[in-house]
Amino acid sequence: MIETERDIAAIRADFPILATSRDGMPLVYLDNAATSQKPAAVLDAMSDYYARYNANVHRGVYAISEEATSAYEGARADLARFLGAAVPEEVVFTRNATEAINLVAYSWGRQNLRPGDAILTTVMEHHANLVPWQILAEDRGLRLLHLPIDGQGRLDLSDLDSLLAEGVKLVALTGMSNVLGTINPVAATVRRAHAAGAAVLIDAAQSVPHMPVDVRELDCDFLALSAHKMVGPTGIGALYGRLSLLEAMPPFMAGGSMIRTVTLERSTYADVPQRFEAGTPAIAETVGFGAAVRYLEALGMGWVAAREHGLTTYLLAALETVPGLIVHGPPLPDRGGAVSFSLDGVHPHDIASLLDEQNIAVRAGQHCCQPLMRLLGVAATTRASVYFYNTTAEIDALIEGLLRVVRVFGAA
Amino acid sequence: MSSDMYQEQILDHYRRPRNHGTLEHPDASFEDSNPLCGDVVAVDLAYDGELIAEVRFRGSGCAISQAATSMLTEMVAGQTKEAALAVSREDLLEEIGVPLSPARVKCALLGYKVLRAALYGVPVRHSPSGPV
Repeated sequence: MIETERDIAAIRADFPILATSRDGMPLVYLDNAATSQKPAAVLDAMSDYYARYNANVHRGVYAISEEATSAYEGARADLARFLGAAVPEEVVFTRNATEAINLVAYSWGRQNLRPGDAILTTVMEHHANLVPWQILAEDRGLRLLHLPIDGQGRLDLSDLDSLLAEGVKLVALTGMSNVLGTINPVAATVRRAHAAGAAVLIDAAQSVPHMPVDVRELDCDFLALSAHKMVGPTGIGALYGRLSLLEAMPPFMAGGSMIRTVTLERSTYADVPQRFEAGTPAIAETVGFGAAVRYLEALGMGWVAAREHGLTTYLLAALETVPGLIVHGPPLPDRGGAVSFSLDGVHPHDIASLLDEQNIAVRAGQHCCQPLMRLLGVAATTRASVYFYNTTAEIDALIEGLLRVVRVFGAA
Repeated sequence: MSSDMYQEQILDHYRRPRNHGTLEHPDASFEDSNPLCGDVVAVDLAYDGELIAEVRFRGSGCAISQAATSMLTEMVAGQTKEAALAVSREDLLEEIGVPLSPARVKCALLGYKVLRAALYGVPVRHSPSGPV
């Protein structure tokens, strides 16, 4: 068990960027919902690939190509184990969660959805889990339905069954809201969706980095995630898909690596997952992703979730001491560590700029959630989001910074 | 306590914006928003021949976007259209006079873009959030 401040200091020492400072002010990084920082294990794995065994995968018969293929496929096995997938072939590497969702929309969606069918999403979705479905709906004559939220930002499931009865063939749902922090009841929603004959895609970009997620426990059909939010590199993510569904799906992008035989007129396609991985993949990033997964496994996702619960408890209580500040989203335990707030009379960009003057990094804006912003009645919010390596001292610095914002803007 | 970016001039224009409001019968109007942060600025102009007789703006957003627009209206009120169009981005940033990061320069230039569109007579297209 990792309990003491000394243990946290050891973890922080794994992340080179956390030791940096600007003009003598240490970096206080509280924008983890946008992207997480990377431990040396991930950076080293990527640089080791380039320095020692850089070669293309799935092609060469020489030693370093075999080693590259083995590291690439090893990352797939690592991620499959991490997610509880039945076999590694259920993991398709993509650029990010956005591309994973687009893969499902363009491949499964165009094959399986007919005019008049409906897709059910929620009003709290990131644009990545809204816009692909809007484009598909336009293309195929589908209807889009949206689950509402209650006054505290929890998903309102009271009309779920009647909505599902309106011809819903797919439910596309976030595991955790990147704005409200709401942790959604995924397993229960999947049960009810399956009972109504609908498939379920989980946008897990915000949930997989922060809590134990087991795709077989959730029984979801698809799950999308990005490595860079879970201590891995940018440019690599994954789609988990139930094997029977993936095997029946046509390619999303075409080119090399995804074919079996090609004539000038037509081609037959490779088995999954290669069918969905056309072209030379992001090999170094995938190797780094594997290292990120092993880093999180060593910490234990149960510990990560407990650590963040502690930090979020501290953060929510501390924010209450800032005059004129309101937090959006539900109380614990229905939420994670992405905490959006509004400060009376001060625009989020001004808050973020003033905090930046003290080298405190938070996000200000619409968080790729314009429909939710409209629903909350705000133009934008400020968001502080913690990860396991953050400390209560950093939260104290944030609060000091916010009190300074109040002083700068307060006196008329 | 003191801030490089939020100096008294900025805060003063933010708290007491000059030329704030609407014109009942504008000769030209435009509005636009910054999709990254949701800032909105709308500008109305009334001409007297080639002169900008009156300028009004309204909007919602950060102190930088609103204060910069307020300062800009003071720079162009009573000027000819040609003189107003000759105001460069650099002129406005110099008037603002505080160091702005690249992201915040976009905030500062929202009102500038809107004013120029109004001066050029670009037809209004309302943002999805509706008119301000």
